[in-house]
Amino acid sequence: MTKKPVISARDLDLTFETNDGPIHALKGVSLDIEKGDFVSFIGPSGCGKTTFLRVIAGLEQATGGDVSVNGMTPEEARKSRAYGYVFQAAGLYPWRTIEGNIRLPLEIMGFARADMPRRIERVLKLVDLEGFGRKYPWQLSGGMQQRASIARALAFDADILLMDEPFGALDEIVRDHLNEQLLALWAKTEKTIGFVTHSIPEAVYLSTKIVVMSPRPGRITDVIESPLPRERPLDIRDTPEFLEVAHRVREGLRAGHAYDD
Amino acid sequence: MRNILSILTVVIAIIALWYVGSFFMNRAWVMDQAARAGETPSLMQQIEGTMTQDRAKLPAPHQVAQELWKGTVEKKVTSKRSLVYHGYITFQSTMAGFALGIFAGVALAVLIVVSRVADLALMPWAIISQTIPVVALAPMIVVLSNAVGFESLIVPKALIAAYLSFFPVLVSMIAGLRSPDGMQLDLLRTYGASQSQVFWKLRLPASLPYFFASLKIAVAASLVGAIVGELPTGAIAGLGARMLIGSQFGQPMIMWSALFAAAILAALLIWLVTGIEALAARMMGGRRA
Repeated sequence: MTKKPVISARDLDLTFETNDGPIHALKGVSLDIEKGDFVSFIGPSGCGKTTFLRVIAGLEQATGGDVSVNGMTPEEARKSRAYGYVFQAAGLYPWRTIEGNIRLPLEIMGFARADMPRRIERVLKLVDLEGFGRKYPWQLSGGMQQRASIARALAFDADILLMDEPFGALDEIVRDHLNEQLLALWAKTEKTIGFVTHSIPEAVYLSTKIVVMSPRPGRITDVIESPLPRERPLDIRDTPEFLEVAHRVREGLRAGHAYDD
Repeated sequence: MRNILSILTVVIAIIALWYVGSFFMNRAWVMDQAARAGETPSLMQQIEGTMTQDRAKLPAPHQVAQELWKGTVEKKVTSKRSLVYHGYITFQSTMAGFALGIFAGVALAVLIVVSRVADLALMPWAIISQTIPVVALAPMIVVLSNAVGFESLIVPKALIAAYLSFFPVLVSMIAGLRSPDGMQLDLLRTYGASQSQVFWKLRLPASLPYFFASLKIAVAASLVGAIVGELPTGAIAGLGARMLIGSQFGQPMIMWSALFAAAILAALLIWLVTGIEALAARMMGGRRA
């Protein structure tokens, strides 16, 4: 018996009606994501990578095709807390401490009060922010704030982590560090991760599967199963295998006319 | 230290200008008196004459200060001539109107943010309400509240104060309740939050800085409303009533001292609100991110 994919999309279409006519954000998108995969979506802006992630999260309604998450519709999956979502900005509440911010989803989902401190403690440890629980967001650096927002997404034990350019606003040195930590976290928690990025090295470094997308209409041009081992030190990025995958991603982007104008 | 110095400089400049103004505005009366007596006063005599008149066109600063001192410290606070007594009367209606204005402003803002229909139905009226001069409305509000059975003037005065103070609260609260961006709202959607959770956990706390910023404007507006409520309504107590009495009976000193008492009261109120704001900001994370 074959394993059922955690996330499955079949012939997904999404058309936004605008005043300038319809925009095909997604067209004929099909993809399976297995449990424990780290899948990156890469492509130029307008290729629908964020839209695809939002459809999976049930934040956007597809106008055609099917998508299932844990065998449910995205709406149902959202209500059964199937995933945690991390946005490009940390979006922590300035009036809550880091602990308070991580407590937010727990309060909304109705977790037992007594259960919260243990959960908060555990996710703070996962993102290396032990001892920062009582701080306010402004007292933390941008990278630490983003880690806190990842902790917030992990607090309620969703199996899937959806991340929309989470490190896009950070500088490259901080980003390298966070990428390394994210891989460690992924190895420890065995989550299934969907990760939107527009950085080729980031996508290749992190992923077991790289989905190359292109715009007008938003579609998948290539799906690359990474040959890299799961254990990845930062300097794996200088190996021939790494560069070969990066090359194939670039080829995929070129084939989708990502580099035209 | 530099702060105090710059404030002092401005204060001294204003007082100096004021003395010059007093001299020129009160000089005509001195010259008139002298001409009738057939004398020509020297400059020193002129200056002395302009600074000591009981019914000066523009009383000099030290005269107003003396009158303020007499009205606040030397008179018993129960005296009808005590500025503390009149200030308290005005303060009462200011606070009642302020509370009413906050309540109305917040309630309307919540209604408008929650319901699109309320937005379309109420907002134009809120704006129109502020285009009607309050001086024109004040007597009507007094007559109406009297007709409904309110004997005391505090009710119409508080209503007028609230009428002026609800608007800044309303406008700020609408902006504050709508301040969370799409990402913040999406985040709560991914948690499956209900509308009321979005309101209590996100919209309301996000609006508090806006709320406190509007309170400073609202408390000043309330005071203006309370004083205006005392002017055309036959009030006999309150700082507004003192100003009117001073002007009607040709007692500029009473008018000016009441005016300054009102300014001091306003400063105290704003200082108080600023303190509460700082306290609230400290409780909410100390610094806005």
